[in-house]
Amino acid sequence: MRYVLKKVFMMALTLVVVSVCVFLAFHVIPGDPATRLLGTQGTPAQVEALREQMGLKDPLYQQYFRWAVSFLHGDLGTSYVYSQSVSSMLASKIPITFSLAMMSFVFMILISIPLGIYTARHENGMADRIIMTVNQIIMAIPPFFSGILITYIFGMMLHLFIPGGFISYDISIGGFLGYLIFPAIAIALPKAAMATKLLRGSVIDEASKDYTRTAYSRGNTVNGVLYRHVLQNAMIPVITFIGMALADMVAGSIVIEQVFGIPGISRILLTSISNRDYPVVEAIIMGIAMLVILINFLVDMIYRIIDPRISD
Amino acid sequence: MRKLSDWTKRMAKYHNAYMTAGCVLSGIILLMLLVGIFFSPYDPTQMDASAKLQGISWKHIMGTDHMGRDVFSRVLYGSRVTLIIATGTVAIGAGAGTLIGALTGFYGGIFDEIMMRIIDALFAFPSVLLALVFVSLFSTGTYEVMISLGIAFIPSFARIVRSEFLRCRNMDYVKSAKMQGATDLRIIFLHIMPNIRGVLLSSILIGFNNAVLAEAGLSYLGIGSQPPYASLGKMLSDAQQYIFSAPAYVFGPGIVIIMMVLGFSFLGEGIRKVQG
Repeated sequence: MRYVLKKVFMMALTLVVVSVCVFLAFHVIPGDPATRLLGTQGTPAQVEALREQMGLKDPLYQQYFRWAVSFLHGDLGTSYVYSQSVSSMLASKIPITFSLAMMSFVFMILISIPLGIYTARHENGMADRIIMTVNQIIMAIPPFFSGILITYIFGMMLHLFIPGGFISYDISIGGFLGYLIFPAIAIALPKAAMATKLLRGSVIDEASKDYTRTAYSRGNTVNGVLYRHVLQNAMIPVITFIGMALADMVAGSIVIEQVFGIPGISRILLTSISNRDYPVVEAIIMGIAMLVILINFLVDMIYRIIDPRISD
Repeated sequence: MRKLSDWTKRMAKYHNAYMTAGCVLSGIILLMLLVGIFFSPYDPTQMDASAKLQGISWKHIMGTDHMGRDVFSRVLYGSRVTLIIATGTVAIGAGAGTLIGALTGFYGGIFDEIMMRIIDALFAFPSVLLALVFVSLFSTGTYEVMISLGIAFIPSFARIVRSEFLRCRNMDYVKSAKMQGATDLRIIFLHIMPNIRGVLLSSILIGFNNAVLAEAGLSYLGIGSQPPYASLGKMLSDAQQYIFSAPAYVFGPGIVIIMMVLGFSFLGEGIRKVQG
């Protein structure tokens, strides 16, 4: 119980620190928003009035608190460019990116866990060596390149999907998911390769330890030992990796969305960056940071469940 | 004479399939880069409207792009840009990261705790996003990408070095050095660091690969080196729509990226197999 509380406290602390950094980054470094909004037509008096109205003359920590509190209430600010609330701009995009990241995650796990176990069992066999070499090659392929290749092979050659023909989920869920399969594979491949290698190494390490020999000498079958003893311990580094991989997949989907023409967060993020639309960028970055911190926290919780000895 | 045969015997240990493959691939890439500095078939920015989107030919080894520029020359230039950015990234990340990791690992205490919290918060944040933040605050360009990716890579190096230092600092040779009156700085740099060489080297290689891939992804999105002096990722983004009409345009830069990363990862695997 103390472990959980400690972790919750750390999570809250990290959230605060990160939010302060994000706030400082986007409110101190860029220019003055009031000047930007009024452009060249504003007289100095108008700029001052607007700054007063926007609350820019208040001390920084007050501005921070105001921003943080409204963020937690779902008010993510107003776009500089479109004068629309950021949350309304992002609302329709988030489910798309989220589904994409989730699908990639599922694919990564589906591919890497069976393969990792299989290659560890048949270590140095033919299949193991081939799979490991293929692994190395896959890890060297940038995800967007495999995305382009997938578009080419499955889209244009095999006609399994229409490149660029994104189907929204309100039209057809099946079509939506079906279209997302291909980008999800593109994102998942390199991470799955890394996870397979990691799991394989981890299982091989565990299998050479004393407790495995003991289990065998007590008459357990290979399968029994594998799934009930070795796997539990071997999974620990893999779970760390999977947590990080999930965060990387959100980043990966930013690039892949551009490859496949998916209207997710990626497009808005990129256009906002080139338009210097800071509220939008700030909200997205903060959202992703919160997600990453949450995932780390969940990973820590899972550790505890798997290995109760861990007490940090 | 004695020294030479000793060295060749030690080097002979490094002969395995991965090393050979790695050396071959990296050798090709390095050759391309060196040659590219002094000589390239065409000026990478020279446009020739009459020769758009040609396929592979004797005149243009990788064909031409949509503006009539020679793809191969652009690839030569672009891989130099990618390499410079990747090297700079690793230099910043490994340099600062090693320093931070060494100090926190060696001294520990409250400084270590605070530092590790900050590092952990930074650690899980995807490097691409950090670069995007940087770029949105400052402008886009080669150095901004290098600095932001470098900063994003610091945590992983810091962690690795820190855990190595934690492992080593209670070892006997450290204790004996202390007893002989060595200063802390001396112990860190002259005693412990050399023992970390292996781990550090493989981390640097992995970091380099990740840097190349991250830079390629960023330049695909249009962040980083600006056209016409674009890097490989940007070329791929331009080439994407022409994949049917001019496949060489797509596969040229793509294969080069893959070779670059594969070469170094095979080298890393080869070294790892020797060290066990």
